[in-house]
Amino acid sequence: MKRLEDKKHKVKIGLAEMLKGGVIMDVISAEQARIAENCGAVAVMALERVPSDIRADGGVARMADPDIIEEIKKAVTIPVMAKCRIGHISEAQVLESLEVDFIDESEVLTPADYKHHVDKWAFNVPFVCGCRNLGEALRRISEGAAMIRTKGEAGTGDVSHAVRHLREINTAMKSLTVTPEEELYTVAKDFQVSIDLVRIVAKEGKLPVPNFAAGGIATPADAALCMQLGAEAVFVGSGIFKSDNPEKRGKAIVTATTNFQDPSMIADCSRGLGDAMKGIQAEDIPEEELLQTR
Amino acid sequence: MTDEGLDRDTVMADYSKLKVGVLALQGDFKRHTHQLGQLGSRTLEVRTASHLEEIDGLIIPGGESTTMDILIDRFRLRQPLIEFCQIKPVWGTCAGMIMLAKNIEDNQANVSPLGLMDIDVVRTGYGRQVHSFEQLLMTKLNGEDITLRATFIRAPMITRVGKSVQILIEYNGSPVLVSEGLIMASSFHTELDNDTTLLEFFMGRFLLSQK
Repeated sequence: MKRLEDKKHKVKIGLAEMLKGGVIMDVISAEQARIAENCGAVAVMALERVPSDIRADGGVARMADPDIIEEIKKAVTIPVMAKCRIGHISEAQVLESLEVDFIDESEVLTPADYKHHVDKWAFNVPFVCGCRNLGEALRRISEGAAMIRTKGEAGTGDVSHAVRHLREINTAMKSLTVTPEEELYTVAKDFQVSIDLVRIVAKEGKLPVPNFAAGGIATPADAALCMQLGAEAVFVGSGIFKSDNPEKRGKAIVTATTNFQDPSMIADCSRGLGDAMKGIQAEDIPEEELLQTR
Repeated sequence: MTDEGLDRDTVMADYSKLKVGVLALQGDFKRHTHQLGQLGSRTLEVRTASHLEEIDGLIIPGGESTTMDILIDRFRLRQPLIEFCQIKPVWGTCAGMIMLAKNIEDNQANVSPLGLMDIDVVRTGYGRQVHSFEQLLMTKLNGEDITLRATFIRAPMITRVGKSVQILIEYNGSPVLVSEGLIMASSFHTELDNDTTLLEFFMGRFLLSQK
């Protein structure tokens, strides 16, 4: 995996490094973007609809209107991310031409290609991709992703699937560190990635790109939980702007992410936030309606 | 700033008596604590004012300056940080440099810099992420020719330096590494690579000479 050492790739990972310890918030307007920035978000994700609305409305979910993205870029000085559909090379190219700072090739939108993801090495802008397990994470890294996030189950306000994905990745990485060399070949075959990439993880015990959490985070304690489980930053989608008091909740989630090891601080910032998003239990969602299996 | 300490043989330098803090509100602070550990220095992730009392020097890392600015106030660190930086060595990289500056030219988000170094900066002066780049910088530090692998990530550009500010490295006509008194600031990162050259320079010139 010599490509991981490329100058261009290191510069992409560099931005992901700078976002560590922070909260990336979904926003659908310049006004929301400014609120997110004031809360202390390290970046915003520009969208047309937040995941819980995408889930409720149904239909095909696509890349946001370039006008929305431009307005959000003008409104804030923090990095602006945007989502493209899985495998939608053209949407990704459009987002790069708009000079967004990160592209999320996201299962939250309706996939454009059920077989192939975007070749992310071909771009100057870095990509983040979701995953449920180590094999999926390494396939996305092979395709050039500069950041991995858990998929969780977006738009539910239920953190359990993000937790499952974080734990699954951690356990798999730990087990690789004690896997004998001859078995790594089989792991590479099962994961459908190169033996070199598997060896890197086996040696380091961690991914060669930053590893963030996403999917169902709705409270300060949810964010702290993900950080305790090894996430290096968190994405909050519907959890903020679908709650009673987005500004207060957004600030509290930022405070909890920075101080995830300090329960009394998390207790303090969790007081009087009003109702969190109502949410739905991810376990109640029929298999065919899950976003994470995309 | 005298040149005392510049002739020290950095290869033999003993950093184990030093405790260097890294502001850990947000950003790539773990990269810095890792490098400090490699040099044998003790480290501390700084999140409260009381942490500042335990350390000999401070690194303000890269990250988002808007976020750092907000969290510095939220965790009541502004005055303690200003007081610390007036008497102890501090190195600000990227967002850290923005926080140390006197003035931010493009101050749309109303960030209040700590105003400890007489420089003006433009945030993302080198462009958004698609324009981020890595650049080898050749220079003389401590009388030695050195090459730094510098990474500019949505990097701030220095647009004015005061009379008392020393320019240590320039790139494309703009200063990218500067110092004033006990403060050093860089537009770029070296902690993203396994290169401790600039960190050793900071430790040798500003910290060991203080001890």
